[in-house]
Amino acid sequence: MTRVNDSNADSGDVRSAVRFEDVNKWFGDFQVLRDINLDVAPGERIVVCGPSGSGKSTLIRCVNRLEPHQTGRIVVNDVELTEDVRQIERVRREVGMVFQTFNLFPHLTVLENCTLAPIWVRKVPKAEAQALAMEYLERVQIPEKAEAFPGQLSGGQQQRVAIARALAMQPRIMLFDEPTSALDPEMIKEVLDVMVELARSGMTMLVVTHEMGFAKEVADRVVFMDEGEIVEEAPPRKFFGEPETVRARQFLSQILAH
Amino acid sequence: MRPSAPPPDQSLGALGWLRANLFSSVGNTLLTFVGVALFLIVVPPVVEWAVLEATVAGTTKQACDGGGACWVFIKVHLPQFIYGFYPEAERWRVNLAFAILVGLVALLFIRPMPKKGWIAAFTAVVFPFIAYLLFFGGIFGLPVVPTSEWGGLFLTLIIAGVAIAASLPLGILLALGRRSEMPVVQAVCTVFIEFWRGVPLITVLFMASVMLPLFLPGGVTFDKLLRAMVGWALFAGAYTAEVVRGGLAGVPPGQYEAAKALGLGYWRRMRLIILPQALRIAIPGIVNSFLAIFKDTTLVLIIGLFDLLGIIQAIATDPEWLGYAVEGYVFAAAVFWAFCYAMSKYSMRVERQLNRHKQGV
Repeated sequence: MTRVNDSNADSGDVRSAVRFEDVNKWFGDFQVLRDINLDVAPGERIVVCGPSGSGKSTLIRCVNRLEPHQTGRIVVNDVELTEDVRQIERVRREVGMVFQTFNLFPHLTVLENCTLAPIWVRKVPKAEAQALAMEYLERVQIPEKAEAFPGQLSGGQQQRVAIARALAMQPRIMLFDEPTSALDPEMIKEVLDVMVELARSGMTMLVVTHEMGFAKEVADRVVFMDEGEIVEEAPPRKFFGEPETVRARQFLSQILAH
Repeated sequence: MRPSAPPPDQSLGALGWLRANLFSSVGNTLLTFVGVALFLIVVPPVVEWAVLEATVAGTTKQACDGGGACWVFIKVHLPQFIYGFYPEAERWRVNLAFAILVGLVALLFIRPMPKKGWIAAFTAVVFPFIAYLLFFGGIFGLPVVPTSEWGGLFLTLIIAGVAIAASLPLGILLALGRRSEMPVVQAVCTVFIEFWRGVPLITVLFMASVMLPLFLPGGVTFDKLLRAMVGWALFAGAYTAEVVRGGLAGVPPGQYEAAKALGLGYWRRMRLIILPQALRIAIPGIVNSFLAIFKDTTLVLIIGLFDLLGIIQAIATDPEWLGYAVEGYVFAAAVFWAFCYAMSKYSMRVERQLNRHKQGV
């Protein structure tokens, strides 16, 4: 296969942004992912939901190989994820990730958090990286904290910085692993607003979340997982309106009950 | 908003302080009296011996006719305590090397210093060669001073300096290796660390000075001091490795994941993200191990090298100055304490600087 997946190639060249083919994964004897098949088109916004322990976090952590899968194929931007570290790092350059616990680098300022990877991985000159980082910090509405350290920010602010840090690498795909689960209720909205804006800009997004309002508003597709399987895949209107499976109906009734 | 009330008044003058801190209960009152009594028993005689009745003037043993300490003993032998048997005419070379070192370190202390990284690299990489050439000679017309003539505080500082400087990078590499996902690297590092940690330092020094030459092919000789320093550095490296490993374990797993997710390769992840945080956590332990290395230099006496303590002990047995060993030991203790305290103070400063990010705006 010719290399159409140069980092400069625009997303139009890639048939699917992320493709899972019969992926299985075990933690020890415990099977966390069962025969996963999933195709995410460039620009598509996927919300992954399901009860805890259903494997949804593991699923998106396989996309940038924070978790290795054991059988099947995962192809990201036409690069297959294997043991090959160079391939893995190539994928990671194009895939941004936002974590539940923010994981900002506490010893670096907000600005340094956002310029570190562009400078060292993308080899962007420092001044340019700083200008770019400021642009993204403005986009997540926190430019005034550029010189602050993460420990001086609230949870919501930290998570917005984490989004800016991921965006500063100019990724083609963004992964969100329960980005609002560790936040106090009054801070959830500021983070969701940023994510909605990002979704509107056409970013390919895989989002694990319990925020069903967010799913209804921006998702092209909702992927419902239970016990390591993809149980149901549907556009949000259909998934929330007339879920096909019993398991999905149960999950929805529990999550919407409170 | 309601103005906040002032905190309750804790101290009611000196009397309140006394009551709160010294006489708050029967037990504490008792402890206070015992403490005062101990102070009165111990301190006056020591001050009397070390200061009031001590002899400082004069140059011979006969000058020491007071009942107190004979500091003349120290004064007369100070050059030997510092330089060992290093020839008097060549001692300027030692002074020069230390002056250069002090200058370099002073530069590093200036906070807005440009090119600090280069100065640090020069100090760590180039300076040791300059110092070695100055100490050993044999170049630029400097007469050779064999290492067997090195001694005293000078030797203590060289051994400790080399062991400390070598142990940190070695320790970091070993700690990273022990946490490596590659089984072979992990096994090698683990075995290495456990070997050196399991062997007494005295054994290492004996091995280096007595056994190693037996294994080397005939005609190949290494300097005894060099052998001791290599053994020492490996030993210290193994200890430092475990301290650094503790620091590595203290960095939350999320930090590793975030660094990976950004596409940073292994060495960059370690250098830019993990080690700066791990070393910060490990500083108290690292300093602890540095202080131990520094004080343990006194053990080189047993392989026939005369460090500060060794030379003091040797001179104290000089028939002309018999009976002044106590002064010598007190002096040695004071010097070691001064260096260790300085290191400890410096480490606190570094820690404070590195933890700035934890304080509020």
